[in-house]
Amino acid sequence: MSALTLATRDATTMLRRNLLHARRYPSLTLNLLLTPVMLLLLFVYVFGDVMSSGMGAGAGGGDRSDYVAYVVPGILLMTIGSTLVGTAVSVATDMTEGIVARFRTMAIHRGSVLFGHVAGSVLQAVASVVLVGAVAVAVGFRATDATVLEWCAALGLLALVALAFTWVAVGMGLGSPTAEAASNNATPLILLPLVSSAFVPVDAMPGWFRPVAEYQPFTPAIETLRGLLLGTEIGHHGWLAVGWCLALAAVGYAWSRVLYDREPS
Amino acid sequence: MPSSVMPTSTPDPAPPPAVSAVGLRKSYGGRAVLDGVDLRIPAGTVFALLGPNGAGKTTTVRILTTLVRADGGLAQVAGHSLASAPERVRAAIGVTGQFSAVDGLITGWENMLLMTDLHRLPRREGRRVAAALLERFDLTGAAFRPAQSYSGGMRRRLDIAMTLVGNPRVVFLDEPTTGLDPRSRQGMWEVVRELVADGVTVFLTTQYLEEADELADRIAVLHNGVIAAEGTAAELKRLVPGGHVRLRFTDPDAYRSAAEALRDGAAPDGEALTLRVPCDGGQRELRSLLDWLDAAGVEADGMTVHTPDLDDVFFALTSPTAEQREATR
Repeated sequence: MSALTLATRDATTMLRRNLLHARRYPSLTLNLLLTPVMLLLLFVYVFGDVMSSGMGAGAGGGDRSDYVAYVVPGILLMTIGSTLVGTAVSVATDMTEGIVARFRTMAIHRGSVLFGHVAGSVLQAVASVVLVGAVAVAVGFRATDATVLEWCAALGLLALVALAFTWVAVGMGLGSPTAEAASNNATPLILLPLVSSAFVPVDAMPGWFRPVAEYQPFTPAIETLRGLLLGTEIGHHGWLAVGWCLALAAVGYAWSRVLYDREPS
Repeated sequence: MPSSVMPTSTPDPAPPPAVSAVGLRKSYGGRAVLDGVDLRIPAGTVFALLGPNGAGKTTTVRILTTLVRADGGLAQVAGHSLASAPERVRAAIGVTGQFSAVDGLITGWENMLLMTDLHRLPRREGRRVAAALLERFDLTGAAFRPAQSYSGGMRRRLDIAMTLVGNPRVVFLDEPTTGLDPRSRQGMWEVVRELVADGVTVFLTTQYLEEADELADRIAVLHNGVIAAEGTAAELKRLVPGGHVRLRFTDPDAYRSAAEALRDGAAPDGEALTLRVPCDGGQRELRSLLDWLDAAGVEADGMTVHTPDLDDVFFALTSPTAEQREATR
Protein backbone atom coordinates (compact mmCIF):
# COMPACT_ATOMS: atom_id res chain seq x y z
CA MET A 1 0.00 0.00 0.00
CA SER A 2 1.23 3.46 -0.79
CA ALA A 3 1.87 6.08 1.84
CA LEU A 4 -1.21 7.98 0.73
CA THR A 5 -3.41 4.88 1.04
CA LEU A 6 -2.10 4.25 4.54
CA ALA A 7 -2.61 7.88 5.53
CA THR A 8 -6.16 7.80 4.19
CA ARG A 9 -6.86 4.57 6.01
CA ASP A 10 -5.59 5.90 9.34
CA ALA A 11 -7.47 9.17 8.88
CA THR A 12 -10.65 7.21 8.13
CA THR A 13 -10.17 5.22 11.33
CA MET A 14 -9.74 8.45 13.25
CA LEU A 15 -12.80 9.95 11.53
CA ARG A 16 -14.81 6.94 12.65
CA ARG A 17 -13.71 7.64 16.20
CA ASN A 18 -14.79 11.29 15.92
CA LEU A 19 -18.15 10.33 14.46
CA LEU A 20 -18.65 7.84 17.30
CA HIS A 21 -18.04 10.67 19.77
CA ALA A 22 -20.53 12.88 17.91
CA ARG A 23 -23.13 10.13 17.76
CA ARG A 24 -22.68 9.18 21.40
CA TYR A 25 -22.92 12.78 22.61
CA PRO A 26 -25.27 14.58 20.19
CA SER A 27 -26.22 17.19 22.79
CA LEU A 28 -22.86 18.92 22.30
CA THR A 29 -23.56 19.47 18.61
CA LEU A 30 -27.20 20.40 19.14
CA ASN A 31 -26.26 22.97 21.81
CA LEU A 32 -23.99 24.66 19.31
CA LEU A 33 -26.88 24.93 16.85
CA LEU A 34 -29.00 26.85 19.34
CA THR A 35 -27.14 30.12 18.79
CA PRO A 36 -27.65 30.44 15.01
CA VAL A 37 -31.26 29.24 15.23
CA MET A 38 -32.05 31.73 18.02
CA LEU A 39 -30.42 34.53 16.07
CA LEU A 40 -32.36 33.60 12.97
CA LEU A 41 -35.67 33.66 14.83
CA LEU A 42 -34.73 36.86 16.67
CA PHE A 43 -33.75 38.74 13.55
CA VAL A 44 -36.72 37.53 11.55
CA TYR A 45 -39.58 37.80 14.06
CA VAL A 46 -38.36 40.45 16.51
CA PHE A 47 -36.12 42.80 14.54
CA GLY A 48 -37.31 41.78 11.08
CA ASP A 49 -39.72 44.64 10.38
CA VAL A 50 -37.38 47.33 11.68
CA MET A 51 -34.39 45.91 9.86
CA SER A 52 -36.15 45.61 6.54
CA SER A 53 -37.65 49.09 6.66
CA GLY A 54 -34.28 50.46 7.78
CA MET A 55 -32.62 48.91 4.76
CA GLY A 56 -35.29 50.53 2.58
CA ALA A 57 -34.71 50.35 -1.11
CA GLY A 58 -31.59 48.26 -0.68
CA ALA A 59 -33.72 45.29 0.30
CA GLY A 60 -36.50 45.93 -2.08
CA GLY A 61 -39.88 46.89 -0.72
CA GLY A 62 -39.06 46.75 2.99
CA ASP A 63 -40.97 43.53 3.48
CA ARG A 64 -40.02 41.11 6.27
CA SER A 65 -39.55 38.26 3.81
CA ASP A 66 -36.92 40.30 2.03
CA TYR A 67 -34.99 40.55 5.24
CA VAL A 68 -35.30 36.77 5.72
CA ALA A 69 -33.64 36.38 2.36
CA TYR A 70 -30.96 38.87 3.32
CA VAL A 71 -30.10 37.38 6.72
CA VAL A 72 -30.13 33.63 5.97
CA PRO A 73 -26.76 33.40 4.14
CA GLY A 74 -25.11 35.10 7.12
CA ILE A 75 -26.89 32.79 9.55
CA LEU A 76 -25.69 29.74 7.61
CA LEU A 77 -22.10 30.94 7.92
CA MET A 78 -22.62 31.67 11.60
CA THR A 79 -23.71 28.06 11.95
CA ILE A 80 -20.28 27.03 10.75
CA GLY A 81 -18.74 29.49 13.22
CA SER A 82 -20.65 27.81 16.06
CA THR A 83 -19.53 24.29 15.22
CA LEU A 84 -15.93 25.54 15.23
CA VAL A 85 -16.12 26.11 18.98
CA GLY A 86 -17.06 22.46 19.34
CA THR A 87 -14.05 21.50 17.22
CA ALA A 88 -11.60 23.57 19.26
CA VAL A 89 -13.00 22.18 22.53
CA SER A 90 -12.90 18.55 21.40
CA VAL A 91 -9.34 18.89 20.07
CA ALA A 92 -8.18 20.51 23.32
CA THR A 93 -9.92 17.82 25.37
CA ASP A 94 -8.40 15.10 23.23
CA MET A 95 -4.88 16.45 23.69
CA THR A 96 -5.18 16.26 27.48
CA GLU A 97 -6.11 12.55 27.23
CA GLY A 98 -3.53 9.79 27.28
CA ILE A 99 -4.94 8.30 24.09
CA VAL A 100 -3.14 10.90 21.97
CA ALA A 101 0.17 9.96 23.60
CA ARG A 102 -0.64 6.41 22.57
CA PHE A 103 -1.25 7.49 18.97
CA ARG A 104 2.10 9.27 18.95
CA THR A 105 3.92 6.06 19.89
CA MET A 106 2.19 4.01 17.18
CA ALA A 107 3.34 3.45 13.62
CA ILE A 108 0.43 5.33 12.10
CA HIS A 109 0.22 8.41 9.92
CA ARG A 110 1.23 11.17 12.26
CA GLY A 111 -1.35 13.73 11.25
CA SER A 112 -4.22 11.23 11.05
CA VAL A 113 -5.70 12.21 14.41
CA LEU A 114 -5.94 15.82 13.19
CA PHE A 115 -7.38 14.78 9.82
CA GLY A 116 -9.99 12.76 11.69
CA HIS A 117 -10.97 15.82 13.69
CA VAL A 118 -11.12 18.02 10.60
CA ALA A 119 -13.12 15.58 8.50
CA GLY A 120 -15.50 14.93 11.39
CA SER A 121 -15.96 18.65 12.03
CA VAL A 122 -16.58 19.50 8.38
CA LEU A 123 -19.21 16.76 8.17
CA GLN A 124 -20.81 18.07 11.34
CA ALA A 125 -20.72 21.63 10.03
CA VAL A 126 -22.36 20.65 6.76
CA ALA A 127 -25.02 18.66 8.61
CA SER A 128 -25.61 21.64 10.89
CA VAL A 129 -25.92 23.98 7.91
CA VAL A 130 -28.53 21.65 6.42
CA LEU A 131 -30.48 21.61 9.70
CA VAL A 132 -30.38 25.39 10.12
CA GLY A 133 -31.18 25.77 6.42
CA ALA A 134 -34.31 23.69 7.00
CA VAL A 135 -35.31 26.05 9.81
CA ALA A 136 -34.68 28.96 7.46
CA VAL A 137 -36.98 27.47 4.85
CA ALA A 138 -39.58 26.91 7.56
CA VAL A 139 -39.56 30.62 8.46
CA GLY A 140 -39.97 31.63 4.85
CA PHE A 141 -36.58 31.55 3.12
CA ARG A 142 -36.91 30.81 -0.60
CA ALA A 143 -34.22 30.57 -3.24
CA THR A 144 -36.31 29.34 -6.11
CA ASP A 145 -34.38 31.28 -8.73
CA ALA A 146 -31.13 29.45 -8.03
CA THR A 147 -30.11 26.70 -10.47
CA VAL A 148 -28.94 23.27 -9.36
CA LEU A 149 -25.41 24.31 -10.23
CA GLU A 150 -25.73 27.37 -8.01
CA TRP A 151 -27.07 25.25 -5.16
CA CYS A 152 -24.11 22.91 -5.50
CA ALA A 153 -21.71 25.84 -5.61
CA ALA A 154 -23.34 27.28 -2.49
CA LEU A 155 -22.95 24.01 -0.61
CA GLY A 156 -19.38 23.70 -1.88
CA LEU A 157 -18.59 27.20 -0.66
CA LEU A 158 -20.04 26.42 2.77
CA ALA A 159 -17.96 23.24 2.94
CA LEU A 160 -14.85 25.14 1.90
CA VAL A 161 -15.44 27.78 4.56
CA ALA A 162 -15.99 24.99 7.10
CA LEU A 163 -12.74 23.27 6.04
CA ALA A 164 -10.70 26.47 6.22
CA PHE A 165 -11.99 27.58 9.59
CA THR A 166 -11.86 24.06 11.01
CA TRP A 167 -8.10 23.98 10.50
CA VAL A 168 -7.88 27.31 12.32
CA ALA A 169 -10.08 25.93 15.10
CA VAL A 170 -7.91 22.78 15.35
CA GLY A 171 -4.89 25.06 15.80
CA MET A 172 -6.75 26.96 18.51
CA GLY A 173 -7.63 23.70 20.23
CA LEU A 174 -4.04 22.46 20.07
CA GLY A 175 -2.74 25.78 21.39
CA SER A 176 -5.12 25.81 24.36
CA PRO A 177 -4.12 24.08 27.58
CA THR A 178 -7.72 23.29 28.61
CA ALA A 179 -11.15 22.87 27.07
CA GLU A 180 -12.31 26.12 28.71
CA ALA A 181 -9.41 28.04 27.20
CA ALA A 182 -10.17 26.51 23.80
CA SER A 183 -13.79 27.62 24.09
CA ASN A 184 -12.70 31.19 24.90
CA ASN A 185 -10.09 31.26 22.14
CA ALA A 186 -12.57 30.11 19.51
CA THR A 187 -15.34 32.53 20.50
CA PRO A 188 -14.14 35.25 18.06
CA LEU A 189 -15.02 32.81 15.27
CA ILE A 190 -18.68 33.14 16.30
CA LEU A 191 -18.46 36.90 16.72
CA LEU A 192 -16.70 37.61 13.44
CA PRO A 193 -19.86 37.13 11.32
CA LEU A 194 -21.70 39.63 13.58
CA VAL A 195 -19.41 42.40 12.32
CA SER A 196 -19.68 41.33 8.71
CA SER A 197 -22.42 42.06 6.18
CA ALA A 198 -24.50 39.24 7.71
CA PHE A 199 -27.18 41.42 9.29
CA VAL A 200 -26.79 44.84 7.67
CA PRO A 201 -25.13 45.87 4.42
CA VAL A 202 -21.64 47.31 4.79
CA ASP A 203 -22.87 50.55 3.16
CA ALA A 204 -25.27 51.06 6.05
CA MET A 205 -22.49 50.95 8.66
CA PRO A 206 -20.70 54.03 10.02
CA GLY A 207 -17.70 54.95 7.90
CA TRP A 208 -15.06 54.16 10.50
CA PHE A 209 -16.46 50.66 10.99
CA ARG A 210 -16.71 49.68 7.33
CA PRO A 211 -13.12 48.41 6.98
CA VAL A 212 -13.76 45.92 9.82
CA ALA A 213 -16.66 44.45 7.88
CA GLU A 214 -15.03 44.81 4.49
CA TYR A 215 -11.65 43.22 5.13
CA GLN A 216 -12.59 39.96 6.81
CA PRO A 217 -13.35 36.52 5.42
CA PHE A 218 -17.05 36.32 6.28
CA THR A 219 -18.23 39.31 4.21
CA PRO A 220 -17.04 38.01 0.80
CA ALA A 221 -18.27 34.50 1.71
CA ILE A 222 -21.71 35.85 2.67
CA GLU A 223 -21.92 38.06 -0.44
CA THR A 224 -20.97 35.12 -2.65
CA LEU A 225 -23.55 32.92 -0.98
CA ARG A 226 -26.20 35.63 -1.50
CA GLY A 227 -25.24 35.88 -5.14
CA LEU A 228 -25.50 32.13 -5.64
CA LEU A 229 -28.80 31.67 -3.82
CA LEU A 230 -30.57 34.98 -4.49
CA GLY A 231 -29.00 36.21 -7.71
CA THR A 232 -27.42 39.38 -6.33
CA GLU A 233 -24.17 40.73 -7.75
CA ILE A 234 -21.14 38.57 -6.71
CA GLY A 235 -18.40 40.55 -8.41
CA HIS A 236 -14.97 40.28 -6.83
CA HIS A 237 -16.42 38.63 -3.69
CA GLY A 238 -16.27 35.16 -5.22
CA TRP A 239 -12.52 35.16 -5.71
CA LEU A 240 -11.99 36.91 -2.41
CA ALA A 241 -13.98 34.25 -0.58
CA VAL A 242 -12.10 31.37 -2.19
CA GLY A 243 -8.79 33.15 -1.61
CA TRP A 244 -9.55 33.72 2.06
CA CYS A 245 -10.53 30.07 2.49
CA LEU A 246 -7.41 28.68 0.82
CA ALA A 247 -5.16 31.02 2.80
CA LEU A 248 -6.87 30.25 6.12
CA ALA A 249 -6.80 26.51 5.42
CA ALA A 250 -3.08 26.63 4.60
CA VAL A 251 -2.19 28.74 7.64
CA GLY A 252 -4.44 26.71 9.94
CA TYR A 253 -2.98 23.43 8.67
CA ALA A 254 0.63 24.57 9.03
CA TRP A 255 -0.04 26.01 12.47
CA SER A 256 -1.78 22.83 13.63
CA ARG A 257 1.03 20.60 12.41
CA VAL A 258 3.65 22.71 14.19
CA LEU A 259 1.66 22.63 17.42
CA TYR A 260 1.02 18.88 17.15
CA ASP A 261 4.67 18.09 16.42
CA ARG A 262 5.77 20.22 19.34
CA GLU A 263 7.09 18.11 22.20
CA PRO A 264 4.40 17.23 24.69
CA SER A 265 5.28 18.82 28.02
CA MET B 1 31.28 -5.19 45.87
CA PRO B 2 29.89 -7.99 43.79
CA SER B 3 28.61 -5.69 41.07
CA SER B 4 32.09 -4.47 40.20
CA VAL B 5 33.10 -7.82 38.80
CA MET B 6 30.24 -9.17 36.77
CA PRO B 7 31.23 -11.82 34.25
CA THR B 8 28.02 -11.32 32.32
CA SER B 9 29.20 -9.44 29.25
CA THR B 10 30.23 -12.44 27.18
CA PRO B 11 31.37 -11.58 23.65
CA ASP B 12 29.40 -14.48 22.13
CA PRO B 13 27.28 -13.77 19.07
CA ALA B 14 24.41 -12.90 21.43
CA PRO B 15 21.19 -11.54 19.94
CA PRO B 16 21.17 -7.76 19.75
CA PRO B 17 19.76 -6.11 22.85
CA ALA B 18 16.11 -5.11 22.76
CA VAL B 19 17.00 -1.72 24.17
CA SER B 20 20.35 -0.04 24.31
CA ALA B 21 21.18 3.51 25.19
CA VAL B 22 24.39 5.42 25.68
CA GLY B 23 24.63 8.78 27.36
CA LEU B 24 20.97 9.81 27.14
CA ARG B 25 20.48 13.40 28.17
CA LYS B 26 17.40 15.52 28.55
CA SER B 27 16.86 18.91 30.16
CA TYR B 28 13.64 20.73 30.88
CA GLY B 29 13.93 24.44 31.46
CA GLY B 30 17.66 24.29 32.15
CA ARG B 31 17.28 21.46 34.67
CA ALA B 32 18.95 18.22 33.65
CA VAL B 33 16.41 15.44 34.15
CA LEU B 34 18.59 12.80 32.51
CA ASP B 35 22.30 13.35 32.72
CA GLY B 36 23.89 10.50 30.80
CA VAL B 37 21.82 7.32 31.12
CA ASP B 38 23.27 4.06 29.79
CA LEU B 39 21.07 1.00 29.34
CA ARG B 40 21.45 -2.43 27.80
CA ILE B 41 18.48 -4.78 27.96
CA PRO B 42 18.76 -8.27 26.44
CA ALA B 43 15.81 -9.39 24.34
CA GLY B 44 13.23 -11.50 26.14
CA THR B 45 14.00 -10.23 29.63
CA VAL B 46 12.23 -7.99 32.13
CA PHE B 47 14.03 -4.82 33.02
CA ALA B 48 12.89 -2.61 35.87
CA LEU B 49 13.83 1.04 36.15
CA LEU B 50 13.49 1.96 39.77
CA GLY B 51 13.36 5.42 41.21
CA PRO B 52 11.37 7.92 43.26
CA ASN B 53 9.03 10.48 41.76
CA GLY B 54 10.95 12.95 39.66
CA ALA B 55 13.96 10.71 39.16
CA GLY B 56 13.50 10.72 35.39
CA LYS B 57 11.86 7.32 34.90
CA THR B 58 9.00 8.67 32.84
CA THR B 59 11.33 10.88 30.82
CA THR B 60 13.42 7.81 29.99
CA VAL B 61 10.32 5.93 28.84
CA ARG B 62 9.11 8.91 26.82
CA ILE B 63 12.44 9.12 25.01
CA LEU B 64 12.66 5.38 24.32
CA THR B 65 9.08 5.33 23.03
CA THR B 66 9.70 8.25 20.60
CA LEU B 67 7.38 10.64 22.46
CA VAL B 68 10.17 13.14 23.07
CA ARG B 69 13.63 13.55 21.62
CA ALA B 70 16.74 13.22 23.75
CA ASP B 71 19.01 16.28 23.88
CA GLY B 72 22.00 14.00 23.56
CA GLY B 73 23.06 10.38 23.46
CA LEU B 74 22.23 7.44 21.24
CA ALA B 75 19.60 4.79 21.64
CA GLN B 76 18.28 1.79 19.78
CA VAL B 77 15.03 -0.03 20.41
CA ALA B 78 14.32 -3.39 18.76
CA GLY B 79 17.39 -2.87 16.59
CA HIS B 80 16.28 0.50 15.21
CA SER B 81 17.76 3.88 15.92
CA LEU B 82 15.46 6.27 17.76
CA ALA B 83 16.92 9.23 15.94
CA SER B 84 16.91 7.95 12.36
CA ALA B 85 14.11 5.35 12.28
CA PRO B 86 11.46 6.30 14.86
CA GLU B 87 8.71 4.81 12.66
CA ARG B 88 10.37 1.39 12.80
CA VAL B 89 10.72 1.70 16.56
CA ARG B 90 7.02 2.57 16.83
CA ALA B 91 6.10 -0.49 14.78
CA ALA B 92 7.95 -2.75 17.24
CA ILE B 93 6.85 -1.34 20.59
CA GLY B 94 3.79 -1.18 22.77
CA VAL B 95 3.43 1.50 25.41
CA THR B 96 1.25 1.77 28.47
CA GLY B 97 1.92 5.13 30.01
CA GLN B 98 1.42 6.24 33.56
CA PHE B 99 -1.82 7.96 32.66
CA SER B 100 -4.59 5.95 31.16
CA ALA B 101 -4.37 5.93 27.36
CA VAL B 102 -7.90 4.81 26.61
CA ASP B 103 -10.63 6.82 24.94
CA GLY B 104 -13.13 7.25 27.76
CA LEU B 105 -15.96 8.41 25.51
CA ILE B 106 -16.26 5.13 23.61
CA THR B 107 -16.69 1.55 24.82
CA GLY B 108 -13.97 -0.96 25.56
CA TRP B 109 -14.89 -2.88 22.42
CA GLU B 110 -14.68 0.29 20.31
CA ASN B 111 -11.33 1.12 21.87
CA MET B 112 -10.05 -2.30 20.88
CA LEU B 113 -11.36 -1.96 17.31
CA LEU B 114 -9.72 1.46 17.11
CA MET B 115 -6.40 -0.28 17.83
CA THR B 116 -6.94 -3.17 15.43
CA ASP B 117 -7.89 -0.67 12.70
CA LEU B 118 -4.82 1.44 13.38
CA HIS B 119 -2.73 -1.72 13.13
CA ARG B 120 -4.50 -2.23 9.80
CA LEU B 121 -5.70 -5.71 10.63
CA PRO B 122 -8.36 -7.09 8.30
CA ARG B 123 -11.82 -6.58 9.74
CA ARG B 124 -12.52 -10.21 10.72
CA GLU B 125 -9.01 -10.69 12.14
CA GLY B 126 -9.34 -7.42 14.06
CA ARG B 127 -12.59 -8.48 15.68
CA ARG B 128 -11.09 -11.83 16.63
CA VAL B 129 -8.01 -10.20 18.22
CA ALA B 130 -10.13 -7.62 20.03
CA ALA B 131 -12.47 -10.25 21.46
CA ALA B 132 -9.59 -12.52 22.50
CA LEU B 133 -7.76 -9.73 24.32
CA LEU B 134 -10.90 -8.51 26.09
CA GLU B 135 -11.49 -12.09 27.19
CA ARG B 136 -7.90 -12.48 28.36
CA PHE B 137 -8.14 -9.33 30.45
CA ASP B 138 -11.51 -10.24 31.89
CA LEU B 139 -13.30 -7.33 30.22
CA THR B 140 -15.79 -9.22 28.07
CA GLY B 141 -18.64 -8.35 30.42
CA ALA B 142 -17.80 -4.64 30.29
CA ALA B 143 -16.98 -4.55 26.58
CA PHE B 144 -20.02 -2.49 25.62
CA ARG B 145 -19.83 0.08 28.40
CA PRO B 146 -18.06 3.43 27.90
CA ALA B 147 -14.49 3.17 29.15
CA GLN B 148 -14.96 6.19 31.40
CA SER B 149 -17.31 4.10 33.56
CA TYR B 150 -14.54 1.56 34.26
CA SER B 151 -12.78 1.23 37.61
CA GLY B 152 -9.07 2.09 37.81
CA GLY B 153 -8.05 -1.56 37.54
CA MET B 154 -10.33 -2.18 34.55
CA ARG B 155 -9.05 0.89 32.75
CA ARG B 156 -5.48 -0.30 33.28
CA ARG B 157 -6.37 -3.74 31.93
CA LEU B 158 -8.03 -2.22 28.87
CA ASP B 159 -4.95 -0.04 28.45
CA ILE B 160 -2.67 -3.11 28.41
CA ALA B 161 -5.04 -5.00 26.12
CA MET B 162 -4.87 -2.11 23.65
CA THR B 163 -1.07 -2.06 23.93
CA LEU B 164 -0.85 -5.75 23.03
CA VAL B 165 -2.76 -5.43 19.75
CA GLY B 166 -0.22 -6.00 17.01
CA ASN B 167 2.06 -8.21 19.16
CA PRO B 168 4.73 -5.67 20.12
CA ARG B 169 8.22 -7.14 20.65
CA VAL B 170 9.17 -4.60 23.30
CA VAL B 171 6.56 -3.48 25.82
CA PHE B 172 7.01 -0.39 27.97
CA LEU B 173 4.99 -0.19 31.16
CA ASP B 174 5.34 3.08 33.07
CA GLU B 175 4.38 2.43 36.69
CA PRO B 176 1.84 -0.20 35.71
CA THR B 177 0.70 -0.93 39.25
CA THR B 178 0.68 2.53 40.83
CA GLY B 179 -2.74 3.08 42.35
CA LEU B 180 -3.91 -0.50 41.87
CA ASP B 181 -5.32 -2.65 44.65
CA PRO B 182 -3.30 -5.75 45.63
CA ARG B 183 -5.39 -8.14 43.53
CA SER B 184 -5.06 -6.00 40.40
CA ARG B 185 -1.36 -5.70 41.08
CA GLN B 186 -1.00 -9.47 41.18
CA GLY B 187 -2.91 -9.64 37.92
CA MET B 188 -0.54 -7.17 36.30
CA TRP B 189 2.47 -9.19 37.46
CA GLU B 190 0.90 -12.24 35.88
CA VAL B 191 0.57 -10.32 32.60
CA VAL B 192 4.24 -9.41 32.67
CA ARG B 193 5.23 -13.03 33.27
CA GLU B 194 3.07 -14.20 30.38
CA LEU B 195 4.60 -11.61 28.06
CA VAL B 196 8.11 -12.74 28.88
CA ALA B 197 7.11 -16.36 28.42
CA ASP B 198 6.12 -15.35 24.87
CA GLY B 199 9.57 -13.89 24.28
CA VAL B 200 8.56 -10.25 24.67
CA THR B 201 10.98 -7.81 26.27
CA VAL B 202 9.38 -5.82 29.08
CA PHE B 203 10.68 -2.46 30.24
CA LEU B 204 8.87 -1.37 33.35
CA THR B 205 9.29 1.49 35.76
CA THR B 206 8.26 1.25 39.36
CA GLN B 207 8.66 2.83 42.73
CA TYR B 208 8.45 -0.51 44.49
CA LEU B 209 11.53 -2.62 45.05
CA GLU B 210 9.23 -5.53 45.83
CA GLU B 211 7.75 -5.33 42.33
CA ALA B 212 11.13 -5.14 40.65
CA ASP B 213 12.30 -8.00 42.85
CA GLU B 214 9.30 -10.08 41.86
CA LEU B 215 9.47 -9.52 38.11
CA ALA B 216 12.74 -8.19 36.83
CA ASP B 217 15.78 -10.01 35.56
CA ARG B 218 17.75 -6.83 35.97
CA ILE B 219 17.07 -3.66 37.88
CA ALA B 220 18.56 -0.21 37.44
CA VAL B 221 18.20 2.52 40.01
CA LEU B 222 17.80 5.96 38.54
CA HIS B 223 18.82 8.82 40.74
CA ASN B 224 19.53 12.43 39.87
CA GLY B 225 19.39 11.62 36.18
CA VAL B 226 21.99 8.86 36.19
CA ILE B 227 21.91 5.13 36.79
CA ALA B 228 23.14 4.91 40.38
CA ALA B 229 23.30 1.11 40.38
CA GLU B 230 22.38 -1.73 38.10
CA GLY B 231 22.20 -5.46 38.62
CA THR B 232 19.98 -8.32 39.69
CA ALA B 233 17.72 -7.88 42.70
CA ALA B 234 20.14 -9.85 44.85
CA GLU B 235 23.09 -7.75 43.75
CA LEU B 236 21.25 -4.54 44.56
CA LYS B 237 20.20 -5.72 47.97
CA ARG B 238 23.77 -6.48 48.84
CA LEU B 239 24.53 -2.83 48.23
CA VAL B 240 22.04 -1.93 50.89
CA PRO B 241 22.91 -2.10 54.54
CA GLY B 242 19.27 -1.47 55.42
CA GLY B 243 18.34 -4.95 56.68
CA HIS B 244 18.01 -4.85 60.44
CA VAL B 245 16.02 -5.90 63.44
CA ARG B 246 14.40 -3.16 65.43
CA LEU B 247 14.13 -3.78 69.18
CA ARG B 248 11.51 -1.75 70.98
CA PHE B 249 11.46 -1.01 74.69
CA THR B 250 8.86 0.58 76.90
CA ASP B 251 10.99 0.94 80.04
CA PRO B 252 13.80 3.54 79.67
CA ASP B 253 15.99 1.63 82.17
CA ALA B 254 15.69 -1.62 80.22
CA TYR B 255 16.45 0.36 77.06
CA ARG B 256 19.59 1.89 78.61
CA SER B 257 20.96 -1.40 79.88
CA ALA B 258 20.29 -3.07 76.52
CA ALA B 259 21.98 -0.20 74.67
CA GLU B 260 24.95 -0.63 77.00
CA ALA B 261 25.07 -4.42 76.46
CA LEU B 262 24.79 -4.15 72.68
CA ARG B 263 27.12 -1.15 72.44
CA ASP B 264 29.23 -2.69 69.69
CA GLY B 265 26.50 -3.85 67.37
CA ALA B 266 23.42 -1.63 67.65
CA ALA B 267 22.37 1.84 66.61
CA PRO B 268 20.37 3.42 69.43
CA ASP B 269 17.43 5.79 69.09
CA GLY B 270 16.91 7.21 72.60
CA GLU B 271 13.73 9.11 71.85
CA ALA B 272 11.84 6.17 70.40
CA LEU B 273 13.46 3.76 72.86
CA THR B 274 14.51 1.50 69.97
CA LEU B 275 17.71 -0.20 68.93
CA ARG B 276 18.62 -1.18 65.39
CA VAL B 277 20.68 -4.33 65.02
CA PRO B 278 21.94 -5.19 61.50
CA CYS B 279 20.48 -8.44 60.25
CA ASP B 280 19.52 -9.69 56.78
CA GLY B 281 16.35 -11.30 58.10
CA GLY B 282 17.43 -14.85 57.36
CA GLN B 283 16.39 -17.58 59.79
CA ARG B 284 19.93 -18.57 60.77
CA GLU B 285 21.07 -15.03 61.37
CA LEU B 286 17.90 -14.25 63.29
CA ARG B 287 18.50 -17.22 65.63
CA SER B 288 22.06 -16.22 66.33
CA LEU B 289 20.86 -12.68 67.01
CA LEU B 290 18.29 -13.98 69.49
CA ASP B 291 20.96 -16.13 71.15
CA TRP B 292 23.17 -13.09 71.43
CA LEU B 293 20.35 -11.03 72.97
CA ASP B 294 19.69 -13.80 75.49
CA ALA B 295 23.35 -14.06 76.38
CA ALA B 296 23.50 -10.30 76.90
CA GLY B 297 20.37 -10.43 79.06
CA VAL B 298 18.38 -8.11 76.84
CA GLU B 299 14.58 -8.30 77.17
CA ALA B 300 12.93 -6.27 74.40
CA ASP B 301 9.18 -5.61 74.53
CA GLY B 302 8.85 -6.02 70.80
CA MET B 303 10.94 -6.68 67.74
CA THR B 304 10.39 -6.25 64.03
CA VAL B 305 12.45 -7.55 61.15
CA HIS B 306 13.12 -4.84 58.59
CA THR B 307 14.20 -5.91 55.07
CA PRO B 308 15.81 -3.50 52.62
CA ASP B 309 13.32 -1.40 50.70
CA LEU B 310 13.65 1.32 48.13
CA ASP B 311 14.28 3.93 50.80
CA ASP B 312 17.25 1.95 52.02
CA VAL B 313 18.57 1.56 48.50
CA PHE B 314 18.41 5.28 48.01
CA PHE B 315 19.93 6.15 51.34
CA ALA B 316 22.69 3.66 50.63
CA LEU B 317 23.34 4.84 47.08
CA THR B 318 23.19 8.54 47.74
CA SER B 319 24.65 9.03 51.21
CA PRO B 320 28.14 10.64 51.24
CA THR B 321 29.77 7.45 52.54
CA ALA B 322 28.25 5.47 49.69
CA GLU B 323 29.58 7.96 47.18
CA GLN B 324 33.04 7.71 48.71
CA ARG B 325 32.82 3.96 48.56
CA GLU B 326 31.87 4.15 44.88
CA ALA B 327 34.73 6.54 44.23
CA THR B 328 37.36 4.35 45.82
CA ARG B 329 36.32 1.18 44.03
